[in-house]
Amino acid sequence: MALALTEEQKILQSTAREFISANAPVAHLRGLRDSRDATGFSRDLWKEMAKLGWVGLTFDEASGGSDLGYAELAVLFEECGRTLAPTPFLSSAVLGAECVRRGAAEPLRAQILSGVAQGETLLALALDERAHFAPYVIETKAEKSGEGYVLTGEKGFVLDGHVADRLVVVARTSGAAGDRDGVGLFLVDRLAKGVTVSRTGMVDSRNAARVRLDRAPAEAVLGEVGGGADVLDAALDRGTAVLCAEILGLATEAFEQTVEYLKTREQFGVKIGTFQALKHRASVMFAELELARSIVRETMNAIDEDGPDVPALVSVAKARCSDVGSLVSREMLQMHGGIGMTDEADIGFYLKRARVAELTFGDASYHRDRFATLQGY
Amino acid sequence: MRSTDLDNRHYYCHYLQWPTAVGHFSKEVRSMESLESFRQEVRSWLEENCPASQRLPRDGETPLPWGSPQAVEDAKLWLERCANKGFTCPSWPAEYGGGGLSNEQEKVLRQEVAAVGTQLPGMSFGTHMLGPVLLELGNEEQKRRFIPDIIHNRLTWAQGYSEPGAGSDLAGLQTRAERVGDEYVINGSKIWTTGANNADWMFCLVRTDPDAPKHDGISFILFDLKSPGVTISPIELISGASEFCQVFFEDVRAKAENLIGEKNKGWAIAKRLLQYERTMISGMGGGGGPRGGAKRKRVAKRYRSMADMALPYVGEKDGKLADFALRDQLTQTEMDTICLTLTTKRVGEEVKAQKGPGHTASMFKWYATELNKRRQEILTTALGTQALGWEGEGFQAHELAHTRGWLRSKGNSIEGGTSEVQMNVIAKRVLGLPD
Repeated sequence: MALALTEEQKILQSTAREFISANAPVAHLRGLRDSRDATGFSRDLWKEMAKLGWVGLTFDEASGGSDLGYAELAVLFEECGRTLAPTPFLSSAVLGAECVRRGAAEPLRAQILSGVAQGETLLALALDERAHFAPYVIETKAEKSGEGYVLTGEKGFVLDGHVADRLVVVARTSGAAGDRDGVGLFLVDRLAKGVTVSRTGMVDSRNAARVRLDRAPAEAVLGEVGGGADVLDAALDRGTAVLCAEILGLATEAFEQTVEYLKTREQFGVKIGTFQALKHRASVMFAELELARSIVRETMNAIDEDGPDVPALVSVAKARCSDVGSLVSREMLQMHGGIGMTDEADIGFYLKRARVAELTFGDASYHRDRFATLQGY
Repeated sequence: MRSTDLDNRHYYCHYLQWPTAVGHFSKEVRSMESLESFRQEVRSWLEENCPASQRLPRDGETPLPWGSPQAVEDAKLWLERCANKGFTCPSWPAEYGGGGLSNEQEKVLRQEVAAVGTQLPGMSFGTHMLGPVLLELGNEEQKRRFIPDIIHNRLTWAQGYSEPGAGSDLAGLQTRAERVGDEYVINGSKIWTTGANNADWMFCLVRTDPDAPKHDGISFILFDLKSPGVTISPIELISGASEFCQVFFEDVRAKAENLIGEKNKGWAIAKRLLQYERTMISGMGGGGGPRGGAKRKRVAKRYRSMADMALPYVGEKDGKLADFALRDQLTQTEMDTICLTLTTKRVGEEVKAQKGPGHTASMFKWYATELNKRRQEILTTALGTQALGWEGEGFQAHELAHTRGWLRSKGNSIEGGTSEVQMNVIAKRVLGLPD
C-alpha cells in the first residue's frame, strides 16, 4: 500500500476539512468549555458525522458500516485534530467498537456496532487505574455471580466515560496486577446498579471520567474470561494509531499557523521570520512533522493489512507523535510571544490538547521501552 | 568538505534510486508490448550477462574471493555490459547511450537487478551529479562529448566547488578564469575535493567576472586535471583517511567550448548540481523493492542492529539492555531511521511525476547526516573504551573501524552543504520564510 494519499483519500480529506472547519472550529470547543456544557460534546454534530458514514467507516456492512480502512479513518482523525474537535470518535468508534467487534458474540455485536455507527450508542473503555499508562496493571476484580460476573474497583481517565451508554471494563479474574493473563473485558451498562461515574475536568476541556464499580453486574464478557488481553491490545493499538493521526493533524495546524505568524509579525523593523534562530527551529519542526506523517501512514497500512508489525509500528508512531506534538505546541506558544499566553488566543488549546494526547496510551518513553521489548532487547 | 563520502554512505544509502527523466523510449523498448514482457527480457538478459561473482551466490555455488583477479575482471565485464545497454544510467536518453527507460521500466529493472542479488554498476559523480546537469543544461556538443563517457565510466570526475575562503558561502569563490583566445586561463585553489588525486577531469566553478555581484560572475567549466599548472595535495583528516585534496591552479588552460551554459550564469547550474548531490548523499528514492506484481507480505521486521552491537559491551538485565538510558537513546535512533526511510519512500511517491529532486533534498540531507552522527555517538558510548582505539593490539578490527567511522561521520553534516545551510534552504524554499 502506498504512503502517499490516494485520489479518493484526498477527496475525503478535503470534504472532511470543509465539514470540520465549518462545524467544529476551535471556537466550538471553546464554546463547550465556556458554557460548561454537561456532555462536553455536541450530539447534533456527532449525529451529522454518523450520517456522513464517518463513525462506522471501518465497520463491516452488516453492522451498518462502510467497510473502509484505517488509512481512511486516519484522514478523518487528522482533520479533527486540526481544529481540536471534541467528539466521542476515539472512545466509541475505535476503542469501544474494536473491543466489541473482536470480543462480542452475535447478535449483540451487530446490535451494538450498528447503534454506534448511527451515532446512537456511545461506548467507553474503562482501563486506567494508575497515573501512568500500564494496561495490565489491573486490580479491578471480576467475580462470578450466578450466571455472570460482578465487578469491583475504580477506574480513572475513562475517555467520554460520563456520556457513554456502555462501558467496556478491564477487570481481573485471576493473577496479580501487572500480569497479562487473568485480564478480561466486561460490558457494563453505565446506568446499572453499582456503577458511579463522575466527570473529571481535564486541562484540554475534553471528556474524561472516574468510574467506581461496586459489585456492578456485567451484561456480557468480550472475548475470553481472563484471556482478554489479545482483544485489549488490538483495540489499544488501533486507538493509539488514530490518536497519532489526531496529533499529526493538531501539530500540522499548529506548525502552519506558527510559520504564518513568522511571516507577518514584525519586530526591530523586520519580519521575525528573517531571524535565523527562528528559521532553523521552524525547519526542525518541518522535518520532524514529515517523518511523523510517514510513520502514521505506514501504521495505518499495517493495520489494514493486519500485519504482524502493527504493535511495533504503533509504538514508533506514538513515540514520534508524542514528541512532535509536544515540540510543535511548545514552539507555537514561544514563537507567538505574549499572545500565546492569553486564553483569548487558541494557542493554549493546542498546547493543552497536545499534552493530554502525549500521555494518553503511553508517552514517548513508554513506547520506546515497548518497542525495545518487542525487538527482544 | 564538498563531496560525498562513499565509505559512510552505506549507512543511509541502501535504498538509492535515482528520480528518473520521463519519456524517452528506445526503439527496442517501444516495440515491447508491455511492462511484463520488458520484465521477462530484463530477467533473461541478467541471467545471461551478470557474472556469478557480481551477484549473491546461489545454492551450491562457491563464491569467488572478493578482489580476486577473476572477480576484478568480472566487475569490468559487468560494467561494460551494463554500459552497453545504457543500464548504468537507465533513464537517460538512448540517443546519448542511456537506457531510455520510463519510470516504470526503470523500477522493473531495479527490481529484477535486486532479485538476482546484484547492483547496477558504475555509480559515480558523473552519473549522479554532472550527468543529470549536462542533460538538463548542457549544449548538444557537450552532451555528445561527455555523456557517453559518463555512462561507460571512462572518466573519473572531481567536483571543484569549495575554496579555502568559500565554504558555506560558496558564491564567495575567488578562483579566476580569464578568457584568452578560445581558452580560459584559471588561477586559484579548490579544497575538500573528493578523490582529486585519482580523478581525470574536474567540473569547476570559476569567477569569470570579478566586478559583478558575487552570484552573477560565476561560470561552470570542465577541464582535464592532467593539464599543466594543476597541483593536487591530499589532506589528512581526523579519522586518518585522506580522501579529500586541495587542488591548486596556476595558469591552467581550459577550452572555452567546455564552459557549460552561459558565461557568468554558472551559479544556477551550481545550485542545480547541489540538489542532485544532496539527493545522492541522503540516498533519497524508492529503492529496488520486491519483485513487482506480487503483493508484498508484511513481516515483523527486526530493528535491533544497534542493540546487537551494544549488547556484548553493555550486557543484559532481565532480558533488556542493561543501560536503560542508552537503550532509550538507541531505540529513538532506530525509530527515527524507520521514519526517515518511510519518508523517502513517501516523498518519492508524491514527487513521482516531478523531474529531478526538489528542495526536500535539503531535509533528507540534513536529517540523514545528523542521524548518522547520532548513531555513531551512541555506538561509541555503547562500545566504551573499545570504541576509542586507534591502532594495533587490544582492539578487534570492527572496533578500530568504528573509531574511524565515528570520526569520519563528523564531516557528514559539513560536506555537501552544512546542516545549517540545509536548514536555511528549508526555511526559505520550503517554508517560504523571508530573507
